[in-house]
Amino acid sequence: MVAIIEEMAKKIEAEKDYLTQLDNEIGDGDHGINMARGFAAVEKKLPSLRDGDIGSLLKGVGMQLVSTVGGASGPLYGTAFMKAGMACKGLTELDGPAFVKAMEAAVDGIKMRGKATEGEKTMLDALCPALKAMQDDVAAGKSLKEALTDAAAAAEKGVEYTKTIIATKGRASYLGERSVGHQDPGATSAFYLLQVLAEMA
Amino acid sequence: MVGVVLVSHSQKAAEGAAELALMMAPDAPVKAAGGLEDGSLGTSFEKISAAVEAADQGDGVALIMDMGSAVMTAEMVAESMDDRKISLLDCPFIEGAVIAALETAGGTPLSGMQEKVESGRDRKL
Ligand SMILES: Nc1ncnc2c1ncn2[C@@H]1O[C@H](COP(=O)(O)OP(=O)(O)OP(=O)(O)O)[C@@H](O)[C@H]1O
Ligand SMILES: [Mg+2]
Repeated sequence: MVAIIEEMAKKIEAEKDYLTQLDNEIGDGDHGINMARGFAAVEKKLPSLRDGDIGSLLKGVGMQLVSTVGGASGPLYGTAFMKAGMACKGLTELDGPAFVKAMEAAVDGIKMRGKATEGEKTMLDALCPALKAMQDDVAAGKSLKEALTDAAAAAEKGVEYTKTIIATKGRASYLGERSVGHQDPGATSAFYLLQVLAEMA
Repeated sequence: MVGVVLVSHSQKAAEGAAELALMMAPDAPVKAAGGLEDGSLGTSFEKISAAVEAADQGDGVALIMDMGSAVMTAEMVAESMDDRKISLLDCPFIEGAVIAALETAGGTPLSGMQEKVESGRDRKL
């Protein structure tokens, strides 16, 4: 799991400028900068987290994101990692069902923190379809790798879907109709994180 | 007195709002928590936590936020300090700051703050 988090940090750093550019179009132009700052701080913190169980690792990652991101994605991803950590308390390995539970807790945490649902042009438009795909695959007895690969594909579709809708939550919602035609930066970063999960599983 | 913490993405906006609030209630425990550690735009969990500690005189702390992550981060600070009495107020930032400072100086308890700052929503004169 530590290696996955490191890979996530690399991916976010690599996509920093692109995420910021997306946020320039319909936000305040800081999503990539915020996420890269947060994940760089997470990377620094990893040595002190690597010996614990997956639950405490994810919780530590979440707390670090809350402390360092500086934008809405901080409390949102922070809550997601912290809730996922609570769902994985004491575990040193994750099978399909455990992964689904962690992901459910993460998505519920984001919904609670941002008071948003699917269809509002946020990261939830990538994460909710991803969770659904994962739930279906695990219920059908598919491998974790397959489930995460389908989840990432569903998230990518979700990112495309955000181009077609009006934002009703977050900074982009202040643009109303003018937000249509642009893809949501947070949904895009959520897709990247899931892509890393799928590749590393 | 109830402490008042002003949470904004901008250090200048938070400090400016505090300045306006203290103009009428100079003794009120009003603290600004604006921007990130380095002064750039954003909201800081640490800055908000420190401001809550500084503003708390034992009667609880009211938080007034601008928008978005300011609200969500303030919420997380409140959850992390569950040994303190903390309320998040829903009101216009500047008007709410001025009203809250006056009310705390006048002895309004934390439980009465939301009702008082409501008037900031529809009154400019
Ligand atoms: N209420 C919300 N619920 C779910 N996701 C949200 C919400 N608000 C914003 N987001 C997500 O966060 C992304 C923006 O993240 P970013 O780091 O740029 O924060 P921001 O909007 O600049 O924060 P701030 O509130 O400080 O202005 C959006 O693209 C969206 O996916
Ligand atoms: Mg932004």
